[in-house]
Amino acid sequence: MKHLLSTRDVTREEAIQLLDIAEDMSAVNDREVKKLPALRGKTVVNLFFEDSTRTRISFEAAEKRLSADVINFAAKGSSVSKGESLKDTTQTLAAMGVDAVVIRHGASGAPQVLAQSGWIDVPVINAGDGTHEHPTQAFLDAFTMRKRLHGAGSRGKGLDGVKVNIVGDILHSRVARSNVWLLQTLGAEVQLVAPPTLLPHAVNTWPVSVSFDLDDALAQSKPDVVMMLRIQQERMHDAFFPNEREYSNMWGLTQERFYSLPAKTMVMHPGPMNRGLEISSAAADSPQSTVLEQVANGVSVRMAALYMVLTGEREVTHD
Amino acid sequence: MTNPDLLIKGATLPDGSRADILIEGTQITAVGKGLSSASATTIDADGLVVLPGLVDLHTHLREPGYEQSETVLTGTQAAALGGFTSVFAMANTLPVADTAGVVEQVLRLGDEAGYATVRPIGAVTKGLEGIQLAELGAMANSRAAVRVFSDDGKCVFDPLIMRRALEYVKTFGGVIAQHAQEPRLTVDAQMNEGEVSARLGLAGWPAVAEESIIARDVLLAEHTGSRLHICHLSTAGSVDVIRWAKKRGINVTAEVTPHHLLLTDDRVESYDARFKVNPPLRRAEDVMALREALADGTIDIVATDHAPHPIESKDCEWGAAAFGMVGLESALAVVQTTMVETGLIGWADVARVLSETPARIGGLATHGQKIQPGIQAELVLVDPATRRNFGVEDLASLSHNSPYLGIELAGQVVATIHQGYLTTDDRTLVAADVVSAQAEVVARG
Repeated sequence: MKHLLSTRDVTREEAIQLLDIAEDMSAVNDREVKKLPALRGKTVVNLFFEDSTRTRISFEAAEKRLSADVINFAAKGSSVSKGESLKDTTQTLAAMGVDAVVIRHGASGAPQVLAQSGWIDVPVINAGDGTHEHPTQAFLDAFTMRKRLHGAGSRGKGLDGVKVNIVGDILHSRVARSNVWLLQTLGAEVQLVAPPTLLPHAVNTWPVSVSFDLDDALAQSKPDVVMMLRIQQERMHDAFFPNEREYSNMWGLTQERFYSLPAKTMVMHPGPMNRGLEISSAAADSPQSTVLEQVANGVSVRMAALYMVLTGEREVTHD
Repeated sequence: MTNPDLLIKGATLPDGSRADILIEGTQITAVGKGLSSASATTIDADGLVVLPGLVDLHTHLREPGYEQSETVLTGTQAAALGGFTSVFAMANTLPVADTAGVVEQVLRLGDEAGYATVRPIGAVTKGLEGIQLAELGAMANSRAAVRVFSDDGKCVFDPLIMRRALEYVKTFGGVIAQHAQEPRLTVDAQMNEGEVSARLGLAGWPAVAEESIIARDVLLAEHTGSRLHICHLSTAGSVDVIRWAKKRGINVTAEVTPHHLLLTDDRVESYDARFKVNPPLRRAEDVMALREALADGTIDIVATDHAPHPIESKDCEWGAAAFGMVGLESALAVVQTTMVETGLIGWADVARVLSETPARIGGLATHGQKIQPGIQAELVLVDPATRRNFGVEDLASLSHNSPYLGIELAGQVVATIHQGYLTTDDRTLVAADVVSAQAEVVARG
């Protein structure tokens, strides 16, 4: 794996390898000294054109635990008119000598443009681009599901037959896109649940089923996993839905809906949560909620991704 | 003093017959077999097709205001290399071409350069803002004699303004060229709305945003009895609306760009901003519908929408990139590749859609005429047998944002003749000082 730009071009074998390496990394995170020398002497830059404290510190923790040198570059503005261009920023970093770029950008495709551009010839990891993809989020979600389902016996397994409902603003969600492709590759059955306004026009071409009715979807598909997406409150001003109250009533994981789920159903959320809008506190704080595990697993998965693109190795070599 | 006479030997006319063509001064003086002239420069046209000089109803020359992208000189050089002898220059310059002063400036720059007849297009509304009519009459009565008006780049979205504009230009036989794009349906739109946009996470540009404006405007044209031209049709649905309107007798003409005849939205998968264009590249079904409509006459003309942009406007992330592609140098080759090689149309049709009809829509009597003695010598010689991977060396534009770089295209312009003198000779652009000197000779009469 040269880059990690999208989950769509990741094979099942590569995906399971990454998850298995993340298991090894997870073991490191449980040790007293949470550090591996794997990336000693390598410099990784976290190039964030969009504010994202959570994802950036997760990558930073992953890089530091692998002993990489870390540069954080928060670039404001993305177009030529607003400031320094992506090209100039990248070439500046290339001149300083970096070994990998982790990029978060507001424009869909920016990491791919960077990887193809020739401006810099190092591995690129997509930390979220516009409304396109957020691959490491999908990997940490898959890792979390696998761990909950198989525990210590997770290694080597996919998510075959696991029923996942992804609920909320699919149209604008890079998390949803990356999850759809990765979960399908790992054998899960994905159903998207959203108001029709928040589904892509051509969603019928995706390898998923679609429902507009959350109660119906939960009752019919009996999902193993319900993944709630963050809803941007400003969407109601663009007529995607009338108001928060109606959204919450129809597509939120309310306390009532949550209590109707079987006790084994996992409740996931990529964070940050809007409590009381797309998810009730009853659901978010329940033992079924994986929200904090997702955060912890995020570090392990990002360690695995960095390890794979920077060392080209498929197994962790212990010293 | 006159420019050298030219004798074209053995060219294939659009109807398939072979003839020699003698050009003396600015005129074609003889068309026939076995012509000779002691004084004329002879051009061997064996195997070459001769067409009336191409006329582009939709060019962005960028001057005044955006000279880092293109100037009237470099834009008409691109035209000449592509076989065009006339271009209609869109109004979205800086300042906008919404006054007689700006259109007269563009006219003068075109005349001085001498590569092609430049006909300025006037803005429909002041500053292209869609709110207040521009000085349409002043532009029509200026030395530039503007007849085509367009806010291209922006849609005349207000139905009342559109109605008034359609009515008003009847005063001087003008036509409104509409950029059909419903603005509210295309807020932040980045590419065709469909399977690819859903996957790439780029905000979609639905076909209905184009089709709904065309439907509205053909009905307005019917109501007002006015003449309407629709720029750059890009969807199968737009074709259906135009077909319906023409059947109903509505006075509407329509254009398609070369890129919408060849390229589809899956090109965007690369996030290569050279493929970012307004209207966006559409589906393969749309491309096929546009080709059929051009062949059956539903679509009247091909126009380039030549839209130069500097490197920094394209060498960046998709969302930050500018919309537009250069197209003058490649237009004829793309039409040959998509329409002639596929057997959909012949060379007489190429002459119709790239010269005769655009000249008629634009009110340009000196161009787009049947090749015969007594007409102004506006001609292009094309070698249909050439196959080439289109490259930067095939561009004369100041900007290089061509979507065809590295793509094989059929046919190449060998020579372009404007007002009786060569602007492209032996597949190469004639130097600017030679061309402007010859233009000056013509201007002095």
